[in-house]
Amino acid sequence: MFHPSHFAAVLLFALCASTVFGITMRDTPQRMFRYGAYCFILFLGSAVVLSWVMFLIAR
Amino acid sequence: MSTTPNKPAAAGKPNAARQSNQGFVYLPLIAGWLFPGAGHFLQRKWIRGALLAVSIIAMFALGLAMQGKLYTSAQDILDLLGVAGDLGTGVLYFVGRAAGWGGQPIQTTVADYGTKFIVVAGLLNIIAAVDAHNLRTGRKS
Repeated sequence: MFHPSHFAAVLLFALCASTVFGITMRDTPQRMFRYGAYCFILFLGSAVVLSWVMFLIAR
Repeated sequence: MSTTPNKPAAAGKPNAARQSNQGFVYLPLIAGWLFPGAGHFLQRKWIRGALLAVSIIAMFALGLAMQGKLYTSAQDILDLLGVAGDLGTGVLYFVGRAAGWGGQPIQTTVADYGTKFIVVAGLLNIIAAVDAHNLRTGRKS
């Protein structure tokens, strides 16, 4: 059984989802790459920010 | 960072319009749903199709490896949505059902992540299939 850490699961999810988003939402390779990178950073950034928010709420 | 959405590619392009009138227009949509990336392969978009296939199949496989659940029956509305999401993976779902893949029931947090990976793989595959259809009709280049 594959048992990734929570952050590794977020990384894998963000990588696969942003690849599909980049390819399907833009029409030139350069813009696909940029949009995919943008989505990847947003996925990771939102996960990190929300994690800190929940940590601070729980204290 | 540019986030300008796609513009219709068929406007002012007679080749795209002519191409969209040849053959069964829904073939890339159906092929793309049945097998991830196949809709793009039919359009000769080899790299895009390969990247989509790798991403979606990897997500499905990771979900299974995490002991994620393949929804098999709809007892309530949430299960029904899960079945709908899983069905998006096309052949992968039917093969998984036939082979008895996936954990039952969900007992760990990682298994719950796995279930979500499988559902999202299906939803992403639907987006990819619709994109293949847009390529076929000339809405996108």
